Amino acid sequence: MLSAISGFANVLTPQYLLLAAIGVTIGTAIGVLPGIGPVLTVALLLPLTYNFDPTGALIMFAGIYYGGMDGGSTTSILLNTPGESASVATTFEGFAMAKSGRAGAALATAAVGSFVAGTLSPILLTFVAPLLARVALLFQPADYFALTVLAFVSVTALVGSSVIRGMISLFIGLFFGLIGIDILSGQVRMTFGIVELLDGIDVVVVAVGLFAVGEALYVASQLRHSKEEILSVRSSIWMNCEEWQRSWPAWLRGALIGFSLGALPAGGAEIPTFLSYTIEKRLSKHKEEWGHGAIEGVAGPEAANNAAFSGVLVPLLTLSLPTSATAAILLAAFQIYNLQPGPLLFQKAPDLVWTLVASLYIGNMMLLILNLPLIRIWVKILTIPRPLLYSGILVFGTLGVYSMANSFIDVLLMYAIGVIGFFMRRFQLPVGPAILGLILLPLAEAQFRRALAISQGDLSVFVPRPLSLGLLLAALAALVLPYLPALAARLTGKQTGPRRLVFGKGDED
Amino acid sequence: MQAALSATTGQTVQVYNVSGAGGTIGLAQFVNEAKGKPHELMVGGLVMVGAIQTNKAPVSLSQVTPIALLTAEAEAIVVPADSKYQTLQELITDFKANPTAIVWGGGSAGGTDHILVGLIAKTVGVAPNQVNYIAYSGGGEATAAILSGAVTAGVSGVSEFAEQVAAGTMRMLAVSSEQRIEGVGAPTLKEAGVDVALMNWRAVFGAPDLTAEQRAAIIATFAKMHASKEWQDALAKNGWSDFFRTGDEFNSFLNNEMTRIGGVLRDLGLVQ
Repeated sequence: MLSAISGFANVLTPQYLLLAAIGVTIGTAIGVLPGIGPVLTVALLLPLTYNFDPTGALIMFAGIYYGGMDGGSTTSILLNTPGESASVATTFEGFAMAKSGRAGAALATAAVGSFVAGTLSPILLTFVAPLLARVALLFQPADYFALTVLAFVSVTALVGSSVIRGMISLFIGLFFGLIGIDILSGQVRMTFGIVELLDGIDVVVVAVGLFAVGEALYVASQLRHSKEEILSVRSSIWMNCEEWQRSWPAWLRGALIGFSLGALPAGGAEIPTFLSYTIEKRLSKHKEEWGHGAIEGVAGPEAANNAAFSGVLVPLLTLSLPTSATAAILLAAFQIYNLQPGPLLFQKAPDLVWTLVASLYIGNMMLLILNLPLIRIWVKILTIPRPLLYSGILVFGTLGVYSMANSFIDVLLMYAIGVIGFFMRRFQLPVGPAILGLILLPLAEAQFRRALAISQGDLSVFVPRPLSLGLLLAALAALVLPYLPALAARLTGKQTGPRRLVFGKGDED
Repeated sequence: MQAALSATTGQTVQVYNVSGAGGTIGLAQFVNEAKGKPHELMVGGLVMVGAIQTNKAPVSLSQVTPIALLTAEAEAIVVPADSKYQTLQELITDFKANPTAIVWGGGSAGGTDHILVGLIAKTVGVAPNQVNYIAYSGGGEATAAILSGAVTAGVSGVSEFAEQVAAGTMRMLAVSSEQRIEGVGAPTLKEAGVDVALMNWRAVFGAPDLTAEQRAAIIATFAKMHASKEWQDALAKNGWSDFFRTGDEFNSFLNNEMTRIGGVLRDLGLVQ
């Protein structure tokens, strides 16, 4: 507890306050811009921050992440285009509210809801993370393997329009992850004699390639498509008494859902936002308003996506397990600074952990200021011409990737991967799972082989441990769950609805 | 070292860090680009000796000019606090009886930790290819694995485990140095009846094709640096032990290490 308080003292230094402010500002800007999300932004910034103090850099990256969540809500409400995937649920009621002239109230409930969730969820993080870190010390390779299986099954099976598409993307990531020296045997795999590939392909190269180059190529190919209409904010950005009353229970529920689902290895921010939307709709006393602008439908998901970030930090910090593409990039950031997240991080770098957590409170306060009075300025960002924006991103990405190791091969790889990223978008493969696959599946492979080496080849090693068995069963459940309603309908002889439940669009970025 | 060397020579010293593949990428760059240039130096160590062989690197340490050994760190063998092994002898007895039942955890395959386990196996009469060694990406990950009880015993640098041993969560059975280490309670491997000593050393190398005079001049500079207050402060601050050796003494040490490490890596099945 003492270190948690000293974290607050640390974050109040001018340097960290400035970095938090920069982070949330960049985050809001990129959140507003459709197609540019936190993964791309952090990947572009990583090479520039090699010489930063790690705490400062991570504070900035965290700010970008939840700033992006807030910025995303603005475009969802005014444009019906989610700035990033965790804001998809916000579009349903948010855009409807804006159309009926209540954009101001929608923006206000989103901003205040994010603030409420962003203040509550770090408190939960403060108490849950150290507990889990203690439990995590008991995790053995078999358990870690089961955990990674659960994470990637739930990412592909619950999110995205098709399990097959998710799996393809995941395995593209896995292929890149396998290149280089195998950690367990020291043998070289799939380097084709290229010395630069011995240490594998850097996550940053893959992320910038898939997200920046791929997105730029895709946008270029779609440029002639129709322009979106931006609804203006006519009303003042505030809520009346009734709107406050209807918002606050939704905020609290959203924050709780966001944090707890984010903290599960099935995390990410998409599932909680859709779940919160569904729950609010079910609980609402104003069912007739849904579809025409029910404020709870904005308040709940917006609180949930903000709280999910603190949730995602739990498995990331304590188990070194990323559960979303953004978390995967943050893990890469930790490793660049020679910090290994895991059960020992809380013992080895308590200052960093608690300063980061404290920065979440501060950053959220800054966001409230950024979002409420300044919202009209953010909307202006949308008028930047796309060709300028994306050519800027390409130049920035190329320079960044080259500067990491002064390696020409890295730049070539980045563009080659960018072409793959273009085709993935063209054929509607979600890009997020590829980044997760790059980091998660080699981890799964290593832990699987470690577990087998320890058991001397006995495959049943995953069964007797309650932890690994439970996690594997949960993974199986995640795979089957979306088909259950359809299956039940068929068994009872009713008309079959959609074949499979979908909890998100699956193009997290 | 940058600061100490600058202070000694009165000139600015630039440091490049070429990461990757146990230092073999840096070595290849150095061999190709620095040839005959007396002002370019490279720092490398035991890890590089092993990596050159496991990665089948096209370059080797015999192409560069050995200047001076600088530092060395001993390895430690630890068990979790609740392990049944109180001494190294007990662990070795079981290891000899059923080699694959003892699971060793440490850093990357073919690295210093793995090499030490291979040397121990060879010395106590266990075939090194029987060793059940689980590689982790670094000391931190290995520490977590040892604490979780996933592996029987852990191997890494003494400093990597110091905190956990002090906290009472791990027990240090032996250290790999020739003599006992001040402030560390554990006996040496030799005292515990295993005739092995291994230090994770670091040294500085000059470019390929230097003349005898150039080499002598660089060695003289490093002798001066070694004596400087800045260097001694840096040793103390980073907890490095002094391992300064130059000239022929370093040459024969290096040759011995290259043969010994190559041999054990072959026995472990990492080098064909």
